[in-house]
Amino acid sequence: MTSTAKPRVFLVDDHELFRSGVRAELGDSVDVVGEASEVRAAIEMILERRPEVVLLDVHLPDGGGRAVVQGVAPQAPEVRFLALSVSDAAEDVIGVIRAGARGYVTKTISGPELADAIRRVADGDVVFSRRLAGFVLDAFAASPGPSADPDLDQLTAREQEVLRLIARGYPYKAIAKELVISARTVETHVSSVLHKLQLSNRHDLTRWATERRLI
Amino acid sequence: MSSETTLLRRISRSRTDRLLGGVCGGIARATGIDSLVVRVAVVALTVAGGTGALLYVVAWLMLPEEGSDRSLAHAAAVDRGRDLGEVLAIGSIVLGVILLVRATGVWFSDALVWPLLLAGVGLAVIWRQAGDEDRSSIMKVVDRLPRPGAGPAPADLRSRRAALARVALGVALVVSGVGAFLAASDAFSAVRQGVLASAGIVGGLALITGPFWVRMGRDLASERRKRIRSEERAEVAAHLHDSVLQTLALIQRNADDPRAVVTMARRQERELRGWLFENEQDMPGAETLAAGLARAGEEVEGLHGVSIDVVAVGDLPLDDRTRALVAAAREAMVNAAKWSGDETVSVYAEVRDGEASVFVRDWGAGFDLETVAPDRHGVRESIVERMARHGGKAVVRSTLGEGTEVELRL
Repeated sequence: MTSTAKPRVFLVDDHELFRSGVRAELGDSVDVVGEASEVRAAIEMILERRPEVVLLDVHLPDGGGRAVVQGVAPQAPEVRFLALSVSDAAEDVIGVIRAGARGYVTKTISGPELADAIRRVADGDVVFSRRLAGFVLDAFAASPGPSADPDLDQLTAREQEVLRLIARGYPYKAIAKELVISARTVETHVSSVLHKLQLSNRHDLTRWATERRLI
Repeated sequence: MSSETTLLRRISRSRTDRLLGGVCGGIARATGIDSLVVRVAVVALTVAGGTGALLYVVAWLMLPEEGSDRSLAHAAAVDRGRDLGEVLAIGSIVLGVILLVRATGVWFSDALVWPLLLAGVGLAVIWRQAGDEDRSSIMKVVDRLPRPGAGPAPADLRSRRAALARVALGVALVVSGVGAFLAASDAFSAVRQGVLASAGIVGGLALITGPFWVRMGRDLASERRKRIRSEERAEVAAHLHDSVLQTLALIQRNADDPRAVVTMARRQERELRGWLFENEQDMPGAETLAAGLARAGEEVEGLHGVSIDVVAVGDLPLDDRTRALVAAAREAMVNAAKWSGDETVSVYAEVRDGEASVFVRDWGAGFDLETVAPDRHGVRESIVERMARHGGKAVVRSTLGEGTEVELRL
């Protein structure tokens, strides 16, 4: 978990072409310890090689990225997942996040940005793309109605501000400057939002996801 | 595909929930009705005129057994085609004998004999085509028929419920026998006779031509499915050819111009995405704010070769005011694309409590608001004044070296 060494990364994607593209883009910035193209092999190899970060395609045959997270997490909770998707279908993204992924980025992300996102996930941070931030704002926008746990089912005003700035295209540093808080505090807010996203029982969260796609 | 055909296709004779042929169990599973209810209905139909038994035999013939895709009738028609002559010959002889007997006057009643005959033929076909399971359940029933001198049926009945159902079946048979007898001896009205006779005819016709219709229905359905699939494939192929292949060709030709390649790839991506998801998305054309912004982003992207990423939360229908908002946002995108030098422009739209805000952000060169030449009309007229005219406002924030953000509110 040191940010000085190169993060050990495992790639899961059913497209060989895409995997080699990612490997080439990441170049020396990370240490790719293995790759797999299907769910079962991925789970086996991840458990064997224990990478710090798994770059995970949301769309895989036999259960998708979600199945990989669910297969690995109970035995190796220290392995972190960064979801990578080209589809932007809300139900896929929210599915893999709720399964336990620490972040979500689109496949059009540039090489340096991807390397940065991997490093942040390896350091225990959370990576929200603009789309995911917009999605969360939208999903939590309606009043939750009768709620078993209001702390989980609602975003605080500060969390909404942070998400809004992410959606507007602000990097964490700029968000910290804009809100006059530390970058660490920004990170705390985003982690808290991820936590709510994973644990909230808001019924409209799932409905929202199935009704809409993140375009 | 109609729901009836799919329902029919789902019905198969149950292997597990069966007393005789598994017909009732199969119907129960396909429809979700309790199998006991189905059985009672069949028994009731048998009592009320005998059609229940006939329909049961027909269903036994026509429905495939669970796990198999061929019904007994189908198997009889396909596998034993050469036996058909034999069957026809025997059938003709039997029919001849019966007609002869009928002509001599030694006769019960048409209403009694024909249905029984048909049911007998059906049972014969079942027997010939039946697998081990069908055969053994027939044998079980035959074994348990009360015989003079025989004790009560052995106590190895599978369950109380099965025993009860069997008793009910026996009662039903007795009652229908009595009913048929009464009907034959004119104790019932002529109407009753007519109903019995037509039920017999309908059942007979169904028995004889049924397999043909079922097979034809299935063939037609599968052919239609094939046709739809091949039409879809043709449409996809045509679309891929018109768009994706063309773009790939263009990309190969422009391989030395990365900017052009990126622009073409992004345009193609958007186009393909729109085509793939258009049916699943209730967003007709550019009738909403979010769709309008997305389209404006695409246009500016195409013209200026930067990537413009639109994220929207909430939406509004397009009217004069929101159209003005889109136009102002488009102008802000053009400015960012032209002057910032940044390669990505982030557009964020949000509708909250009826108020729409749009943010257009770049992280490029930025500029000093004070020093903008008065002849640069873009910002002043297209953005600030346009928003003011529609009761909104525009705020431009820019820092040298840290990019520009245009905030539009309505």
